[in-house]
Amino acid sequence: MASTIRVRAVASGDVTEVQALVQHPMDSGFVKDAQGNLIPPHHIEVVDFQHAGKTVFTALWGPAVAKDPYIKFNFKGGQKGDDISVSWVDNKGESDSLTAKIS
Amino acid sequence: MLRVIAVLIAALFLAGARPAAAADAINPDADFKAFRDYFTKKFPNVPLNDFVNGPYSMDAGLRKQWEAIEDFPPYDFAVDRGKDMFATPFKNGKTYGDCFPNKGIGIRQDYPYFDLKTGEVITLELALNRCRETNGEASYSYVKDEMASLTAYMAFTSRGKPFDIKIPNDPRARAAYENGAKYFYSRRGQLNFSCASCHVQSAGEHIRTEVLAPALGILAAMPIYRSEWGGMGTISRRFVTCNSQVRGVPLDPQDENYRDVEYYLSYMANGLPISGPGARP
Repeated sequence: MASTIRVRAVASGDVTEVQALVQHPMDSGFVKDAQGNLIPPHHIEVVDFQHAGKTVFTALWGPAVAKDPYIKFNFKGGQKGDDISVSWVDNKGESDSLTAKIS
Repeated sequence: MLRVIAVLIAALFLAGARPAAAADAINPDADFKAFRDYFTKKFPNVPLNDFVNGPYSMDAGLRKQWEAIEDFPPYDFAVDRGKDMFATPFKNGKTYGDCFPNKGIGIRQDYPYFDLKTGEVITLELALNRCRETNGEASYSYVKDEMASLTAYMAFTSRGKPFDIKIPNDPRARAAYENGAKYFYSRRGQLNFSCASCHVQSAGEHIRTEVLAPALGILAAMPIYRSEWGGMGTISRRFVTCNSQVRGVPLDPQDENYRDVEYYLSYMANGLPISGPGARP
């Protein structure tokens, strides 16, 4: 199964720009299905980006974040060729992670 | 000043007359030329191959947003899923590739085609479900999910290849083409709109916050990830929702009329590159 994460990190000067897209339903728990039953909440709670064994960005997400969320941030210190890893955990305990190279 | 007004009046007259001429004629070659001339005259600054990018060819602001989206396209997951599905055999060991020429890779531009044996228009979506049925698998919903993933992958492998739709010299094929054109230009629904009202007559205009895509090359980007849908949709989904948006009663996906419209529109797009899968607002 293909990863639920897409990540691209580009270093220019001493700043690395990271973009990531995660495939996830992000059900808020407030929406009803066609039969009128509540769709139980199913959303990511924590997204974590690590570089060289150190967390460079953490996002605490909840029911208000859209389906298939996108995130973009910059951090200092990344070099071309370094690894950057992304992981997420949702409220059902499901998770995924991916490691990519900074280009 | 008078001259400018005269030119404007002439342009308005042409804008009104061309689509009607395209609807009345039975000659596909003449239709093709009239259709293309209409759009190239209406939008002289849009390069021909850019029409496949729909609203983005019409609006600079939208285009800028789209270029940022294409950096990180939302249809990517569907392409990956389609690729996986293509690689996974059915229960009988066969694959999707076995149902198609060239194993299904780089062939999107040849669909839909007219099948002389069965005397009907075969679209890519129909061919995919027939492939499943002949291999003993249940068919998929035509509008989204698996079907959109399969067509997304097939479109992705065909990017840049020009539409190559043929109308065989057979009265049934010409009738299918004509029926497609008729459906396209016929008004329906409580709003009394035809497909052409929006996508020919009003192409490039705003409908609420959205920009109407030109009919020329409108299917080249299918299937699409529509932000409004929060997911992928196929050509079937587009036709069904278009009909319900004009408050008409939609046909079943892959109804003969829809397939004929697809045949007509794809023939009109001959020579334009496949750009799917696409992302639309």
